[in-house]
Amino acid sequence: MADNENDNDIPFMQKLLDNHFLLLVIGVVSPGVLYILWGIIDIMNTPLAK
Amino acid sequence: MATTYRTCPASGLQFEAHAEKLMKWNAVVAVLWLLVGGIGALGVIMTRWPAFKLLPADQFYTILTAHGIDMLLMWILHFEMAVLYFASSVLLRCRIWAPKLGWGGFWLMVIGGLMTNVAIFQGESSVMFTSYVPMQAAPHFYLGLILVAVGSLIGCAIFFGTLVVAKKDKTYTGSIPMVTFGALTAAIIAVFTILSGAGILIPTFLWSVGLIKEIDAQLYRMVWWALGHSSQQINVAAHVSIWYLIPAIVIGAKPLSEKVSRGAFLLYILFLQLASAHHLLSDPGMSAEWKVLNTSYFMYFAVMASMIHGFTVPGAVEAAMRRKGFNNGLFEWLRKAPWGNPAFAGMFISLVSFGFLGGISGVVLGTEQINMLMHNTFYVPGHFHTTVVTGTTLAFMAVTYLLVPTLFRRKMIWPKLCQIQPYLFGIAMSITGLVMMGAGTLGVSRRHWDMAFSGAPFQYEWPGAAYLMMGMTGFFGVITIIGGALWIVLVVGSLLFGEKLDGGAVSDKPTPIPAATPAAAASHHGSDHVAVPGTVILALALLVAFVLYYYVNWKYLSEVWLLS
Amino acid sequence: MSSILPPSNRLWWKESIDKTEWTWIGIAFVWGMIMFVMMIYWHIYGKQNLSNEAYKTTPEMFAAKAEKFIAENTIRTETDLEIPVVKVPPGGDGYLIARLWNWYPILELQEGKEYKIHLSSMDYNHGFSLQPVNINIQVIPGYEHVVKMTPTSTGTFAIVCNEFCGIGHHTMLGRIYVK
Repeated sequence: MADNENDNDIPFMQKLLDNHFLLLVIGVVSPGVLYILWGIIDIMNTPLAK
Repeated sequence: MATTYRTCPASGLQFEAHAEKLMKWNAVVAVLWLLVGGIGALGVIMTRWPAFKLLPADQFYTILTAHGIDMLLMWILHFEMAVLYFASSVLLRCRIWAPKLGWGGFWLMVIGGLMTNVAIFQGESSVMFTSYVPMQAAPHFYLGLILVAVGSLIGCAIFFGTLVVAKKDKTYTGSIPMVTFGALTAAIIAVFTILSGAGILIPTFLWSVGLIKEIDAQLYRMVWWALGHSSQQINVAAHVSIWYLIPAIVIGAKPLSEKVSRGAFLLYILFLQLASAHHLLSDPGMSAEWKVLNTSYFMYFAVMASMIHGFTVPGAVEAAMRRKGFNNGLFEWLRKAPWGNPAFAGMFISLVSFGFLGGISGVVLGTEQINMLMHNTFYVPGHFHTTVVTGTTLAFMAVTYLLVPTLFRRKMIWPKLCQIQPYLFGIAMSITGLVMMGAGTLGVSRRHWDMAFSGAPFQYEWPGAAYLMMGMTGFFGVITIIGGALWIVLVVGSLLFGEKLDGGAVSDKPTPIPAATPAAAASHHGSDHVAVPGTVILALALLVAFVLYYYVNWKYLSEVWLLS
Repeated sequence: MSSILPPSNRLWWKESIDKTEWTWIGIAFVWGMIMFVMMIYWHIYGKQNLSNEAYKTTPEMFAAKAEKFIAENTIRTETDLEIPVVKVPPGGDGYLIARLWNWYPILELQEGKEYKIHLSSMDYNHGFSLQPVNINIQVIPGYEHVVKMTPTSTGTFAIVCNEFCGIGHHTMLGRIYVK
């Protein structure tokens, strides 16, 4: 296949967008950290009522 | 596993036998759930229409719970499974990975859906789609949802497996098609959604059978919405993919720029799920920093992505129409577009309604402080009926007009009614959504049986305009339901009685996608570049509406009591 | 090239982007930033921000504090149910219980004075929906939310419950007086 001979020319961003499993990982980690993890920290940091 | 490949003579699409069967059955089950959910919609709307108030309170809440789950999860997830299999196996022209597993997932979803519905209609699980703890449903309510989640996770795994198969079997060269990339985005969001769903539904199930003592109510809301709202973000990615798909098939449209559109999908992958925070902006337990960053999809990058799609999708249509010679003035391409083709008409109404109504209202509703004006009001269902219904459901309806002949090999019956259906459904739903938002702006509550508060110790009289809006919601809601019922009749009628079409040649080997010729690649660069001035005007109209409506709501906010 | 075929140009990332598209992307980016900054701006200069003061509590603890507040500040009762009307000391703390299916007690406030209203639920989620002002706040069991509020209008206001809380949800109507 012709695509193998010029793989080195492929820009980084295109390689990223063609790497479906890497996209899967970042698509789960990004909201996993920003939303879920930070959310849990917020809830845990709620002080007890006096 | 032995399989065969069929090339549809009309569309040129190639269907692998196992994938074809999985798609068909998922689509059929999806339509059945739409029917159940649609009957539920009638019960809901006829009860909230103040002139009728059809159902007693208990039945209303039961039906409302079923309507939410059957529409938002069952109809859409089953259809999305078909979309994922289509975007992988059909567009990449390869065999589907692990079809037996696919059937396992399918049956889990079917059984889970039935189980949850049984729980709801037994009457002890009227806890709404959101099932906020500590309000408790029957254990099989949660168990059913868990099975549905596992079944759809299997569907996602099959999608990813099929991507690997296509790459290994070299059925395509270079990068996957745009539509498949959009479906990939949907699948990635789905994985996050389902993992979050498992993370909260499994403990909740254990709590319902008494194995866990307590679940923190705020924690439940936070994690549950990573399921509840992200599942609607799967829909966004899926219906945007269909917006790219339909013009490509109907008028040969191609993306203005692969780079821009795929970059926009990447922003979805990274940030779209954060919008789950939209439901927690008026909650006590989350910090303002968390709210601001999450509700804005990390500084509005996913909104930017949607605005990009909102430009490139009509832009691709305009460019394709101009290439066909409809080059006069700003809008000849739009006037001469194939409005009589229900797939195209449905897709375009979906695009416009989602952008102008669903999109703008969503961002306004999701602004941290403005949310206080609308949280839990009828504005919220108004908003999401213009995203999930005119956006997703209408796009799915539109693409079905293409799938019935090519996948089910039946000609659509009653072509005149097919032409009318997307307009009837899309316009009626858009108006319904608008008047729902109107009622919500006046404060009317969502999920509320009686706006006259019968039996309450005090009285509160909503403004007359609120009753008018609710009456209009009832009227246009019923028209929407008629439009939806018409679609079900047309599709089921065509599957049963439509003229049978030639399935095309069957082979036991896939025909790979031919590698692009150097000439085709070269022609893309330069010579056939087309300017899209009409789309620029449409996009600017969206922007103006967006900015005005956004600041009108800040004005409203500045007039309420002071809060700090 | 088409949306349903792989990009015909193998190195599609290197293709240049048309000027109109760049402009639109730029506009979308700037508008997004404006909207982002608006929320922060409003936190600093706006007068309607939802309080972040919240505590973990239990229904028993919150009810005890609310009952003490009611016992000390009740000025009369209303309706056959003898719901206490409680005058919140200007600048002071007021407690509002959300439970199946009422808002308890009735609060009396003064226009232009700032109050710390403590909200919590005894059972399920409830929705504090002040009408016709239209301020809507989620009330969650196990959490005490302290919202600073300054009424800017006088009259009789309704508190509608706008989070589904069971069969009597539509009867859950409370009241606030502003003098």
